[in-house]
Amino acid sequence: MASPVLEVRGLTKHFVVGSRLLGAGGALVKAVDGVDFAINQGETLGLIGESGCGKTTTSKLILLQETPTAGTIAFDGRDIATLAGGELMTYRRAVQVVFQDPFSSLSPRMRVRDIIAEPLEIHTRLRPAAVRERVDAVLQLVGLAPDVASLFPHEFSGGQRQRIAIARALVTETRLIVLDEPVSALDVSVRAQIINQLEHLQRTLGVSYLFIGHDLATVAHISHRIAVMYLGKIVETAESDALCARPMHPYTRALFAAALPSHPDDPPAERAIAGEVPSALSLPSGCRFHPRCPLAMPVCSEVAPPLRLRDGGGEVACHLY
Amino acid sequence: MVKAVDHVSFSLGEGETLGLVGESGSGKTTTCLSIVGLLPRGARIVGGRVTFEGEDLTRKSQRELRRIRGRRIAVILQDPMASLNPLFTIFRQVAEPAFFHQQLRGRTLRARVQHLLRAVRIPSPEWRMRDYPHQMSGGMRQRIVGAIALAGGPRLVIADEPTTNLDVTIQAQYLDLLKDIQRDTGVALIFVTHNLGIVAKMCDRVAVMYAGAIVEQAPVRELFNTPRHPYTRALLGAVPKLGSKEPLYAIAGQPPNLASLPAGCSFHPRCPEALPRCATEAPDEVHAGPGSAARCWLVSNGVARS
Repeated sequence: MASPVLEVRGLTKHFVVGSRLLGAGGALVKAVDGVDFAINQGETLGLIGESGCGKTTTSKLILLQETPTAGTIAFDGRDIATLAGGELMTYRRAVQVVFQDPFSSLSPRMRVRDIIAEPLEIHTRLRPAAVRERVDAVLQLVGLAPDVASLFPHEFSGGQRQRIAIARALVTETRLIVLDEPVSALDVSVRAQIINQLEHLQRTLGVSYLFIGHDLATVAHISHRIAVMYLGKIVETAESDALCARPMHPYTRALFAAALPSHPDDPPAERAIAGEVPSALSLPSGCRFHPRCPLAMPVCSEVAPPLRLRDGGGEVACHLY
Repeated sequence: MVKAVDHVSFSLGEGETLGLVGESGSGKTTTCLSIVGLLPRGARIVGGRVTFEGEDLTRKSQRELRRIRGRRIAVILQDPMASLNPLFTIFRQVAEPAFFHQQLRGRTLRARVQHLLRAVRIPSPEWRMRDYPHQMSGGMRQRIVGAIALAGGPRLVIADEPTTNLDVTIQAQYLDLLKDIQRDTGVALIFVTHNLGIVAKMCDRVAVMYAGAIVEQAPVRELFNTPRHPYTRALLGAVPKLGSKEPLYAIAGQPPNLASLPAGCSFHPRCPEALPRCATEAPDEVHAGPGSAARCWLVSNGVARS
């Protein structure tokens, strides 16, 4: 198998909150706590979980917006913490991001051309004519006409703005795009356009995606593999088809039970699990899911289960298996 | 002048759930606000009736409407943090409808509030009712809003995207709760949403809105099995289905601006099946099957032929 583009090992990020001067008396939030995954060339890894499970912190660590407390992120086999100077710039060029809300992620005072050209101006020394050419090319790639380049973001609908954000992410020699809930803010009929567009771009350019979302059907649709996160840990990971065919971790099963039917005659889902995601400030002992788990056993409140190989490929962290 | 809602007609019976589906700007919320007389300044109802329990609500004064709102018709909005007052305790806010509409006081009022909070599954209500909204999670706040809606013993609850801001497992809990309450009280529900999954789970009948008009209306199974309007088909095809990797059916373009609607059928510029006639003449609503109707020339022609 090809070596992964991005490999994350034991990634951990703890935040100290509410500390007084000199760091006394603060509480520790374990936002991301020992996460492992890898993304191959041209592959989409879906990261799914509810708010507060550490999805966005994970993406910030990859985007170098936060520094990990422990663990490594390797890009093409090299630890990004050791990169500096030109190599660091290469990494920043290769890894881009598209955010959820295209209304706040595009500067209202910049023309589309300048928004998309900005990464090129930072990262390359292309002549203006070449920049222009490149901007027109990526606009076409995302399904927009080159003549929109002189407009401002407010002249576009949500779906078109998201296309502009994708164009900006593609303009450098991008190898991996972190997609942080890229369709959640869009209308249903526009969502389908963007998802199809992302899939098409991946097929033609071979770019990899880390697709962060909370809607199971959308994440399963676009992803090759899925990692399910709960309170800072990955509880299950598998090929998308295998996970849909047989979700094993009780939390994954709860997510499936909570997924909405696609037809009124679909068999009624199991009743939704009770309770809410606990605060990351006071993590449950043992398995973090045990207070909500309908199948919890005595051991679950004492020992945190490690990830073990699961049937049908992938891994699951649960004492049941 | 913007026609936010144009010739919208539907009815619903006791214990029934109607789904009002559409994308942003399709007129779902305006339709709901018209029902309860809460349209923003500058907006007017220029035609039509809203008959509730035999009375026309559009002819009532604000004073009369105030006696109906919060008592016989309740509204649940999308963002619970915006519908709850951050400066008042949960008790005070849940008690308000019972205090004004049913003149409950003292111990009876407290008992009533605890009963309502228990009905929306707030744990230890006698303690939690002293809390303020910021002390509760998003899911709990939305259940508090639900308790306020139920406080007057309504016959109709209008829920405008009540679960959009909730996590999926919390959304599932909330939808189950609404269903249980409906079964116990026989309240009618209008569920405004853009999510067809919620419609499939919750609704008996569906009205699909596009650019201020209902383009199709049908019993929920009928709509999912034989969608008649191309827009309905587009919506159904645009939603990813669990376990399927088929490319999604995406139609081009986006919903039109209500201030400059296209001529003829508002959907024709995006419609993959548009006829020449669609660009000039707006179709009327025609009967399309058992309990279902659509506004589409394709359906009108089909009916004319058969």
